[in-house]
Amino acid sequence: MEQKIRVLVAKPGLDGHDRGAKIVARALRDAGMEVIYTGLHQTAEMIVEAAIQEDVDVVGLSLLSGAHMTLFVDVAHLLKKKGMNDVLLLGGGIIPEEDIPKLHKEGIAGVFGPGTPCDEIVSFIKKNVKK
Amino acid sequence: MSELLHKKVLQGDPRSIARLITLTENNHPDAASAMKQIHPHTGNAHVIGITGVMGSGKSTLICELTAAFRKQGKTVGIIAIDPTSPFSGGALLGDRVRMMQLAMDEGVFIRSMGTRGMLGGLTSAVYDVVEILDAAGKDIVFVETVGVGQAEVDVIKIADTTLVIIVPGLGDSIQTLKAGVMEIADIYVVNKADRTGVEQTMAEVESLVDITCSEKDRKTPILQTVAKQGTGTEELIQEILDHKQYLKKTQTLESQRRLRYEAELVEIIRKKLMNFIFDEQTFKDTIETLLDQISKKELDPHSAAEKILKRIIK
Repeated sequence: MEQKIRVLVAKPGLDGHDRGAKIVARALRDAGMEVIYTGLHQTAEMIVEAAIQEDVDVVGLSLLSGAHMTLFVDVAHLLKKKGMNDVLLLGGGIIPEEDIPKLHKEGIAGVFGPGTPCDEIVSFIKKNVKK
Repeated sequence: MSELLHKKVLQGDPRSIARLITLTENNHPDAASAMKQIHPHTGNAHVIGITGVMGSGKSTLICELTAAFRKQGKTVGIIAIDPTSPFSGGALLGDRVRMMQLAMDEGVFIRSMGTRGMLGGLTSAVYDVVEILDAAGKDIVFVETVGVGQAEVDVIKIADTTLVIIVPGLGDSIQTLKAGVMEIADIYVVNKADRTGVEQTMAEVESLVDITCSEKDRKTPILQTVAKQGTGTEELIQEILDHKQYLKKTQTLESQRRLRYEAELVEIIRKKLMNFIFDEQTFKDTIETLLDQISKKELDPHSAAEKILKRIIK
């Protein structure tokens, strides 16, 4: 029996900058994970629906527009509502320090700002993923 | 747990479908017992294989076809396969990007899969996943292969109808005459038909069909589409439905399905044997020893293989 960590990488909301998301996606791929990339302009509903169908272990959200307190939290709530309690939810992008504890509280387990080494994200996932 | 799981799959519950697919992909022991319950409920879906070179528009075309089938009230399952890295074992599965407009449609289930070491354009668990989506009540199941080169032809073993997607400007007429992918089409689709060179591509595929289909009663149709604009989708849908009728009329659907089961059976046995040989610790030690001997030229690979097989057969 072989298990692979499956990760959904998504860009919620209206910001169109996906270079960071693609770099993280590539790093996770190189760490042996199966990464499902959904593209830009996703609603919380689209992201959670894809997470269900793809049966992912991890959802990674990337946002640079500043709307993370709304959109990340929406995804967290919707995942819970749909019973996806085992999914490890991560967020990245331009996130002010003071928002991080609030995001943790809402269920975004890991928050990664600019300059985070990709290895750090990989080891965070490997350590915290529920298998 | 698995007792409940297969029942929920048969009811079409998305989370259960997704879970069972994961179990089969991971060769989980619970998968086989669930699949046993699933099998009697299969055989209703029309399985459509889509293959073609990378960037030919397979995902975009599937998105268009799915939207059209949905308008007819049909439910759709999509299996989108992308390559697994031979180095890391990871994969970047990006076919969903082209199918965003289907994301919120409850009548559509999309699953992205990595090849996980298979070379024929498919992935080992794909047979199970087709059965799962079929049993879950999907009327149409699309199987999108990885972007293929010339020889990845396994899709014909699983599909009732195989579409080969070509785009203008990929080479001269000798390319269309080569064996492999260009032989397997039930329908040829020349996508991106608004590009220059489409007349030449059409002429080449037409002459290929003239050469290969002269004795047969069904001439492989060639259609032009511009998937991004939805051009040609309706005509293509009609050809796909006509092909299903043709399979029924000529009673070839049954024999084609039999080929699928044969391919699946062989694949299950192959997987189990490989696991048996390469995952058991005792065999691992043996193989290490044999590899040492081969490297030192004390033994050749053929004789080493014989030694291993003799141990299994006894």
